[in-house]
Amino acid sequence: MTVLIPNTLDEALAMLSDNPSADLLTGGTDMMVEVNFNHRKPSTVIALRRLTELQSWSIDKEQQRVTIGAGVPYAEMERGPLAETLPCLAEAARTVGSPQIRAAGTLGGNLGTCSPAGDGLPVLSALDATVHLLSPTGERQISFHDFMTGPKRNVRASDEIITAVSMNIPNGWQGYAKVGVRNAMVISVASACLVLDHSVSDTRMVRLALGSVGPTIIRCRETESWWNSVPSTQQTATATIDEFGSRAGDESRPIDDHRSTADYRRHAISVLSRRLLTRGTQS
Amino acid sequence: MSEHQIYTLHINGDEHQVKDAWIGESLLYVLRERLGLPGAKGACEQGECGSCTVVLDGDAVCSCLVLAASAVGSDIATVEGLSPDGSLTDVQQAFIDEGAVQCGFCTPGLIMAAHHLLDHNSSPSELEVKEALSGNICRCTGYGRIFAAVDKVVSVRQGASR
Repeated sequence: MTVLIPNTLDEALAMLSDNPSADLLTGGTDMMVEVNFNHRKPSTVIALRRLTELQSWSIDKEQQRVTIGAGVPYAEMERGPLAETLPCLAEAARTVGSPQIRAAGTLGGNLGTCSPAGDGLPVLSALDATVHLLSPTGERQISFHDFMTGPKRNVRASDEIITAVSMNIPNGWQGYAKVGVRNAMVISVASACLVLDHSVSDTRMVRLALGSVGPTIIRCRETESWWNSVPSTQQTATATIDEFGSRAGDESRPIDDHRSTADYRRHAISVLSRRLLTRGTQS
Repeated sequence: MSEHQIYTLHINGDEHQVKDAWIGESLLYVLRERLGLPGAKGACEQGECGSCTVVLDGDAVCSCLVLAASAVGSDIATVEGLSPDGSLTDVQQAFIDEGAVQCGFCTPGLIMAAHHLLDHNSSPSELEVKEALSGNICRCTGYGRIFAAVDKVVSVRQGASR
């Protein structure tokens, strides 16, 4: 095993071109567990922790757009300007592991690993985020929806480094909820991110993304368009919100595994979706 | 850096050369097994228990999840460095006084997490204390005595600064 520690992004890209099968390491919260338990023996690791280019974020008030470097730790999203601008991201960040994990773990790592249980990923889906990738031939931007293709699978090419994500700031309520076996230090059994956006039309449009209940993050397009077409006087009625929850549950594609059962997960998604929509429409 | 390359880590203000190690070892393993710094404890080795907490470039992290070789050039603070002359810090003394140490295995990690919290927040709320220590598992105390120890440090420090 070889460990490479680039000081700049250009250096990192050159190292990756020379070692296209290298593993890229940021916070280590996934990879080091596998290394510690001998489940993974990387031949080359490129450690990205010195790349300051990946560690900044910006909020463009004029364009109403946020860009977050792939190496920004979750701890920085929990509070401060990022949390005020994207509360659903802050809520998701706060559910990641523990303070120690949030000081290390990054959105870039979440994207690189692409676990359906990645806590940041439903947020990126609900916000229609763009993933920024850099290779020696230039930058590529791709919608998150096209980036993740399956459990731990994505379209990052072997010479590309995930540098950032960017997203529009929604004009409306946003929230995130997660179910696990306890509050702290838990991998999600089911999670959901809901965004109500008033910026595109006069009536609010809902966006709902689900985690841990399918091979990828699931965007509930059918449930969304159903609710968006309900007359606005009826959108907050209890019966509508209940139906929203059960439709979201139907749109999830959970499996039985060591963490939970498909039935429970579908039920949890119904409850979480209903709860988020209730909070969102009452605020 | 190749398989068994020698590298240097900056720990508690001193340079430590890491020899005869495999390059894939975690910082926890290097601290304990290569450098004779056994303060950080190894239990879960997957970031769940917090007993290996150290401060890396100002952040409290699990040393089991840090690739040691990637920490070259970083500032690492371990429990051994809190009080180099062997005396106790106020947090350590408060843990003893309040009965927050029982089997003691989680204690170094909790001491590091508590110091890190109080370095950044001199008067944390109850929720802030609980959240800051939520990554450190203690199976003996039920946490009450640990929270009491942190509260004691807060009130003593506030009394001293008044």
